[in-house]
Amino acid sequence: MKSLQDLVRVLLPGVVFAAGLVLWELIVRLYDIQPYVLPSPLLVIKTLVSDWPILSQSLGVTLLTTLEGFVAAAVGGVALALLFNQSKWLEYSLFPYAIILQVTPVIAIAPLLLIYLQQQTAVIVCAWIVAFFPVLSNTTLGLNSVDRNLAGLFQLYGASKLQTLLFLKLPAALPYILGGLRIAGGLSLIGAVVAEIAAGSAGAGSGLAFRIAESGYRLNIPRMFAALLLLSLAGIVIYGVLALISYLLLRRWHESALGKES
Amino acid sequence: MGPVPHHPALCADLSPMGRGVIRGAAVPSYGRLTMVESTVPETSADEAGLAVRLRGVTKIYDSGVAALGPLDLDVNRGEFVSLLGPSGCGKSTALRLIAGLSTPSAGTVELSPRGTARRGSHPIGFVFQEPTLMPWATVRDNVRLPLKLAHTSGSDAEGRIDQALAQVGLAEFATAYPRELSGGMKMRVSLARALVTDPDILLMDEPFAALDEITRFRLNNDLLSLWRNLHKTVIFVTHSVFESVYLSERVIVMTARPGRIGTEFRITSAEPRGEEFRTSAEYAAFCREVSNALAPSYAGRAGA
Repeated sequence: MKSLQDLVRVLLPGVVFAAGLVLWELIVRLYDIQPYVLPSPLLVIKTLVSDWPILSQSLGVTLLTTLEGFVAAAVGGVALALLFNQSKWLEYSLFPYAIILQVTPVIAIAPLLLIYLQQQTAVIVCAWIVAFFPVLSNTTLGLNSVDRNLAGLFQLYGASKLQTLLFLKLPAALPYILGGLRIAGGLSLIGAVVAEIAAGSAGAGSGLAFRIAESGYRLNIPRMFAALLLLSLAGIVIYGVLALISYLLLRRWHESALGKES
Repeated sequence: MGPVPHHPALCADLSPMGRGVIRGAAVPSYGRLTMVESTVPETSADEAGLAVRLRGVTKIYDSGVAALGPLDLDVNRGEFVSLLGPSGCGKSTALRLIAGLSTPSAGTVELSPRGTARRGSHPIGFVFQEPTLMPWATVRDNVRLPLKLAHTSGSDAEGRIDQALAQVGLAEFATAYPRELSGGMKMRVSLARALVTDPDILLMDEPFAALDEITRFRLNNDLLSLWRNLHKTVIFVTHSVFESVYLSERVIVMTARPGRIGTEFRITSAEPRGEEFRTSAEYAAFCREVSNALAPSYAGRAGA
């Protein structure tokens, strides 16, 4: 009974997806819609294959930017949270600016960054700005969620600040940090795309977002869809990988990774 | 060994590594522990054969609430004492003050544990009401914690962990995670962690309150046999008359907040105690006496 339900849960979205594609293909054929208005799914796949040399190169560029932004956000977010945890004054002084960076739309900041920074740096900074906040706020929450009595026990046994951090606070915060990282993964892709569109440069160093903008100007709609498909897949893969890492790290002990039965 | 005023830096004198200095520096707030000269007795607790001596100890929270005292308390070395009282009477606060987890607003807390120079030893073991285990660590790693914090490792440390786990009957569960254990077993891990540093003074804050009766009885018996075999000083906080009478040599009934010592009872019975004692007329008589002494603490309370 349970396995049947699981099967349905996996199958249903797939069926909906397939039905949507078939309907899309049918509408394009029945009404004879031109590819520059709406390409059929088959044409998008064909374009993906035929334009693969260009698209794969762009995919590589975008993924690298995303990865760099993500690493910067992860390291920066956790490091800032640790600093804030050590010094209340630092937290009071800087936290409002972290919020301001978070609430100001990054698409509005990107053109300014492009003026002051080299393009590649600006793109990474964009990804960082969007992605670091969930890591910072989740890590802060995690560090403050330590069991009071466990902290008392560390005090009783004369633990140093470093020991308390390494053996108590960081492990206790790990589920929260991983939750922040899962959000940051998707956001750093968004940051990279926003920055690429704002930068709008051509050449070997152009990512998928630039390909989408460029193809739009040239009315190469099938390639737009193909690039969009790749971006979407990249987002899914990033989320999946981070969720898997989180599961592997927490499966032995944390409620979130345990089944209902155990 | 001279008197050891309750100051973690001085407690750490027992360790041969001079960690006391580091500790005092890391937790400077301990340096402000109040010493009221007039209440310092002429003979030290050590000379008097006491493990713990409290003189005029009070605790007033920042909010202005007087939680405890003034409290005078003597606990002999190797004695099993229960602090019994209604919730909120400050008995847990008293335990935290003795452990150094909280500092008194006035008065002195003097600890004089039997000295040991063994590496990784610590004079105090503390068992909380909750198991308070690290969920990310195995049973073995949880028990290892106090030794790890004292930078003690190697075969000596591993031997002590094995011994502590055997003492609480959990040798076979060393690699389990806390979530895989029952409530009683988690409490046993917590007890093993307190025992691993071979403390002279064991402080227990309503440790079995959340357990079912059968498990509680079993842990009561195990605790009694541990106490008999290891010769620890035990200060046991509870709100159960029956538990306090069953376990202790001396029951101290505390008054309602701010908690003071009300009546003291010596529970004299043939040793070793076991299930026969629990159903004896003698036990019932002790329980009745202690209950009567406790009743005024509940007077005037809603639902009492």
